[in-house]
Amino acid sequence: MWAIGPLGFAAPALLAGLVALPVLWFLLRAVPPAPIRRRFPGVALLLGLTDDEAQSDRTPWWLLLLRMVAVAAVIIGFAGPVLNPVSEREGDGPLLIVADGTWADARDWSARQDRMRSLLAEASRMGRPAAVVTLTDLPAEAPEFQAADAVAARVANLQPAAWEPDVAALEDWAATLDGSFDTFWLSDGLERDSRETLLAALEEHGTVSVFQTPRQTFGLRPARFEDGNVVISAVRTPVGAEAETTVAAIGRDPAGVERQLATVPLTFAAGEALAESELSLPPELRNRVTRFEISGQRSAAAVTLTDDALRRREVALISSRDESEELQLLSPTHYLEQALAPTADLIEGTMEDILLANPDVIVLADVAALAGTEAESVLEWVQAGGLLLRFAGPRLAASDISRATEDPLMPVRLREGGRSVGGTMSWGEPRSLAAFDAASPFFGLDIAEDVTVAAQVVAQPDPTLAERVIAQLSDGTPLVTRKTEGEGQVVLFHVTANAEWSTLPLSVLFVQMLERLAVSTRPMTPTAEDLAGTTWLPEDVLDAYGQLAPVDTLPGVSGERLAEMRTAVDLPPGLYAGSDRRVAVNVIGPEATLSPAVWPARIIIEGLESRLETPLKGWLLGAALLLLMLDIIASLALSGRLRGPRADVAAALGLGLLLAFAQPGQAQEAAPDTVPDPEAEAFALEATSDVVLAHILTGDTRVDEIAAAGLYGLSDVLFRRTSIEPAAPVGVDLEADELAFFPFLYWPITASQPIPSREAYAKLNRYLRSGGMILFDTRDADVAGFGSGSPEGRMLQAIARPLDIPPLEPMPGDHILTRTFYLLQEFPGRHASPDIWVEAAPPGEELAEGMPFRNLNDGVTPVVVGGNDWAAAWATDERGNRMLPIGRGMAGEQQREIAFRFGVNLVMHVLTGNYKSDQVHVPELLNRLGQ
Amino acid sequence: MSEAAPHPSQTPADLRAKAGILAGTLPPLLAGAEHLAATVLVGDHGRRRAGLGDTFWQYRPATQTDEARSIDWRRSGRADAQFVQDREWQIAQSVILWIDQARAMGFSSDKNLPSKALRARLLALATAILLVRAGERVGLTGASLPPRRGSQQLLRMAELLSHDDAADYGSPDAEGMLPHSRALFISDFLGDLAPVEAALTRAADRGVHGALVQVLDPQEEAFPFDGRTVFESMTGGLRHETLKAGDLRTRYLDRLAARKDKLAQLARLTGWQFHTHHTGDSATSALLWIYGALERRR
Repeated sequence: MWAIGPLGFAAPALLAGLVALPVLWFLLRAVPPAPIRRRFPGVALLLGLTDDEAQSDRTPWWLLLLRMVAVAAVIIGFAGPVLNPVSEREGDGPLLIVADGTWADARDWSARQDRMRSLLAEASRMGRPAAVVTLTDLPAEAPEFQAADAVAARVANLQPAAWEPDVAALEDWAATLDGSFDTFWLSDGLERDSRETLLAALEEHGTVSVFQTPRQTFGLRPARFEDGNVVISAVRTPVGAEAETTVAAIGRDPAGVERQLATVPLTFAAGEALAESELSLPPELRNRVTRFEISGQRSAAAVTLTDDALRRREVALISSRDESEELQLLSPTHYLEQALAPTADLIEGTMEDILLANPDVIVLADVAALAGTEAESVLEWVQAGGLLLRFAGPRLAASDISRATEDPLMPVRLREGGRSVGGTMSWGEPRSLAAFDAASPFFGLDIAEDVTVAAQVVAQPDPTLAERVIAQLSDGTPLVTRKTEGEGQVVLFHVTANAEWSTLPLSVLFVQMLERLAVSTRPMTPTAEDLAGTTWLPEDVLDAYGQLAPVDTLPGVSGERLAEMRTAVDLPPGLYAGSDRRVAVNVIGPEATLSPAVWPARIIIEGLESRLETPLKGWLLGAALLLLMLDIIASLALSGRLRGPRADVAAALGLGLLLAFAQPGQAQEAAPDTVPDPEAEAFALEATSDVVLAHILTGDTRVDEIAAAGLYGLSDVLFRRTSIEPAAPVGVDLEADELAFFPFLYWPITASQPIPSREAYAKLNRYLRSGGMILFDTRDADVAGFGSGSPEGRMLQAIARPLDIPPLEPMPGDHILTRTFYLLQEFPGRHASPDIWVEAAPPGEELAEGMPFRNLNDGVTPVVVGGNDWAAAWATDERGNRMLPIGRGMAGEQQREIAFRFGVNLVMHVLTGNYKSDQVHVPELLNRLGQ
Repeated sequence: MSEAAPHPSQTPADLRAKAGILAGTLPPLLAGAEHLAATVLVGDHGRRRAGLGDTFWQYRPATQTDEARSIDWRRSGRADAQFVQDREWQIAQSVILWIDQARAMGFSSDKNLPSKALRARLLALATAILLVRAGERVGLTGASLPPRRGSQQLLRMAELLSHDDAADYGSPDAEGMLPHSRALFISDFLGDLAPVEAALTRAADRGVHGALVQVLDPQEEAFPFDGRTVFESMTGGLRHETLKAGDLRTRYLDRLAARKDKLAQLARLTGWQFHTHHTGDSATSALLWIYGALERRR
């Protein structure tokens, strides 16, 4: 390939064609555009006229230039120009491209993919078969070498994994390799043990080149607690100059939105591979943290998930059952509550309930003995990992518990009676605390000088006593003792939890001690023994890029595997949920370090940067085509064909060409404007220019006829008696017509009508939600009570099931429908069944004093359900004659009149809402007006 | 010109073909002309003076020269004087038409526009129909169709008008014009003006007045050409090549305007009327103008 700067040519010989351009210039220049022949009677007037200037016999220079450029573009295009041509790499035979594919690759994975593509493109040019393998996702067999083009198409599918290659699997895979091939190894730059063996294996088959860029890789170790602070540490490689990063604590805010809760700067000193920083978070916030992230790093190692280690404890408080009304400050648990409330969830209740809740800590304040079954279950709970925290007190001192033999729920045996020092009846001064041992969980806490102990229960000396003491008085008397019981522990404070025996509960130390105890209840990382036989389900899994995504398709992981904490395909980093807790598996362990990969001197290491070559042939030929199109238009314009008789055609053609080139695809996107259906428009106009009552078309001609006639009659009555002046009623086809125009729908139910479609139901629900009202009429006089007695009733149930209908109740006597226009107490139609169902009133509304009605001022009932066949009672023909007989004689006419009144009330209710109901406030309003 | 009849030749086959074409074109032409003529109300196409005729013109007091039998006694009975009923003068006038049949008239710039010849014939026939309806005598110049009245004359005229001349541009034939008759010349007047001038002077000599109607295609009026063009007359006999047709436009339009001026001036001198009609415009307006022009008297 012959190249000028970044431009290479596949067939440079063709460029010689450019020499012909000047010749072409003269040729084109000599040939003017061909004349048009026109028949024109007016030629007689033209005879003798001469052209002012003889310009058009030469092609104008700009048109020439246009053509020259077009021809030059064609010539250059066919010469096969390539931008950034890649210089060839020598070699033949199959080519294996190996990528580590670990989390460390994630940050620049697309660059690696580009590199693979360019390597493959090169292999393709040289006709070498190739294969691509990521070490974290090894194929079962030896790589199959295929055409490099085909392999390149699959490069986009490769993804890095959030774990490191599995050593054993690598060795197995290396053993399957055979034949001779060259290897390109895209390294992630981190040293790991498996490298050397694999390198050796690969070198047996051919040369190995390594692609690697030096860059800093960071890893965030799991956060841990130290002195109440969260300690965040990170490692880096290669170790270099001072670097500063920021670590963000991410968790859900009280609204449940995931956000950055805190940030802490993390500074790597020059030459240091490890950086630590402390983050002091209020427990409230700390409990919310789900993970820490190094800002700006896209890799799984820059994320460390927190599990239960940072979580808020559940603490159950149980005090002696004292029914007396004592002062709050004397309550045995008052100070505990004060101390624990900010940092823990407090549970109170009976022991059975508390054990069901499985708290982290149970505090027994001056509780002597537990009932037999309670004691057993508490012991079980302790052995399962609970922390039982006991406080002494008068009851404990007076009881016999753990006197002769050690109670399993007491850390030590107690002497009878306890002691009091510095009291009125004793010698000596109240004792203060001694410094804490290094073995004590309280080690490091400052001892407040003002903490004194005036009374306590005293431990019986025992061989085990010394190791169980975690805090003692200045005279060596144990103050806090602890023993482990199963996986849990029992801790006893030998003083009361209130300030009766000591000032300890009043001091800050008390809170700190509690925090130490509560926090250290659980080990931070579970051991293999803890986890043996358990199964853990992955809840959220980190991908290589450090994105946490919930999963529910991964299989459970056995506890033993989890305890290894070694991430791999079967244990991706993430959060694993067990029976009662969650364990975080992080890419970087608490002790992990990173170091840069070291390659033997014989291996050639290249950088990762690659510039993809861009063939320009298509662009150039396209440009040439475009120029020739322009030339066509220009020529037409020059020779006058853009004007004159056929100019419109030519202009349209030219414009079309221009547009087609300027905005490809634009023309197709422009959808024709939706033309409103004139029929629908007319319908909408008819329905909205007046109030229109509507009935649903059932498909039963007679029923529809009566419904229409009924609404006609009702509209007539409304027109004559009220200010509502409806237009002629409309029959509505549920499937086709828009419902939103109608304030009121009358829906006679027939047993044979079809169930509406899903779209119709969506429409109906929208209608009901937006304030419409439907009067369902089963027309069966509700013979069987409400329900499935009649076919219409069953049909109504079937129809109404998908509808968004609120709870219903039979119309109460004070319902607004009884007084929106007429005062009514019954609602007959052709039948006079009393059962009408409307939306149930909100519970708890009481009859206002001195008022006949309840205060029910909100909402219009969206449905009214009944079976009185109102339409039949309302039905009149065009001249106002009643269509159907109702009842007998005058009583029937009276019933019809009441039916009409019900209709009027109903439509009034629909249109005015609860206006009438608000009149209960009239006395109050008048009162305020001072009348 | 798609409907051009073949040049007259004398073989029976040609005649027969011609007859077929005539049968095809005549009725539409006539029907079109009738249609056009129907848009003009004939009204009182009298001479508007007392004379010999059938229709009542006016009552005038009887004079000494009036015969006693000519006195209208019914009218005279209502007054003291005697009145004579005058009739309107209804002498038939002869109108001679000349329609340019040359090839240049066959030009039509757009397939939606009629050719000039079609428009000219339509106007001529419609005028003839109106005149015949008014009782005038209509004929063509030359000896081919002397003025006569009656619908048979219309048919003959239509047949004669269906011929096309082989020449590029036509020239009027001043023969056969009766003294003091009326004349109507319809042409595009794009050819040589000398014969037109001669015909007009001769007509003026004989006391013939009339109207010149110049029928032009909109393209001839606009000259919307550009670029390198070879213009040819309809027969191809005349050619003019230009490299920039756009440059010629103004000069062409100047020449056209000069020609119209010349024609108008000629008409003024000889007492004729001149009008330019475009085939893109409505034929009715032209017909109304012609009607008015022939009606006008000096």
